[in-house]
Amino acid sequence: MIKLEFYLVISTLMFFIGIFGFITRKSMIAVLISLELVLNAVEINFAAFNRFLFPHQLEGMFFALFGIAITAAETAVALAIIINAYRKLGNININDASKMRG
Amino acid sequence: MNPIVNLILFSILGLAMLLLSVFAITTKSLLRSATYLLLVLICTAGIYLFLNYHFLAAVQVSVYAGGVVILFVFAIFLTTKKDEALLPHEKKRYLYAALMILFGTGVTFFMLWKSKFLFSNNTVVFGDEQLSMQLIGQTLMGTEKYQYLLPFEVLSVMLLACIIGGILIARKDKEL
Repeated sequence: MIKLEFYLVISTLMFFIGIFGFITRKSMIAVLISLELVLNAVEINFAAFNRFLFPHQLEGMFFALFGIAITAAETAVALAIIINAYRKLGNININDASKMRG
Repeated sequence: MNPIVNLILFSILGLAMLLLSVFAITTKSLLRSATYLLLVLICTAGIYLFLNYHFLAAVQVSVYAGGVVILFVFAIFLTTKKDEALLPHEKKRYLYAALMILFGTGVTFFMLWKSKFLFSNNTVVFGDEQLSMQLIGQTLMGTEKYQYLLPFEVLSVMLLACIIGGILIARKDKEL
């Protein structure tokens, strides 16, 4: 019998793995990949809470759906910014990002 | 399906997902990191299938695993030289991060252990019933309570803004 807690444990661990990557990675794209892990964990939470606690409503599922769409848009803009930074700086280390102030 | 088999499959999926997440944030090559991210996202679609949200799993595979990862791969090709390994961060940064996530997971697991969720053990939710596409479409397109036409339209405007913003930001400046 799969309980709600199992889903929550998985998503919690995934969330904090993402936070760890967010703090320790040095490339901007790697930071963005860690961010994807964090957002993914949040969406698992929405879906699991909806299914277990309010199975006759659909709010959590639709929130996860809109969350997926917003994440995709956010990734596209962030990658555009990263490509522009690469053109200006020649690399994508986060330590050089402060040089973008101009 | 047999509950025990279900539980075993779920455990394998969850363990694979966590292991692949760890690989995604520790591997030296960016392209491998994106590949591990792809596998994590597909495993997440499997989790949604366990929750009986078939439409959400399909969206996850097509939008995330199909669209976002391709974007990542192209951005990596455009910005990374061949065989370039990722630089490690300062040692102090790892220490701070480890302390932070230990504290965070500790607090979250304590809260999980202490809280009793109402109905969290109900077995009603595990019928074979799945959401009909008709219900999803009506909920997404309706204007009554618990229906989501306005967020849907706002989201389409936001996607338009993202397209324009992406073009403006990534455009080559002629004078530079």
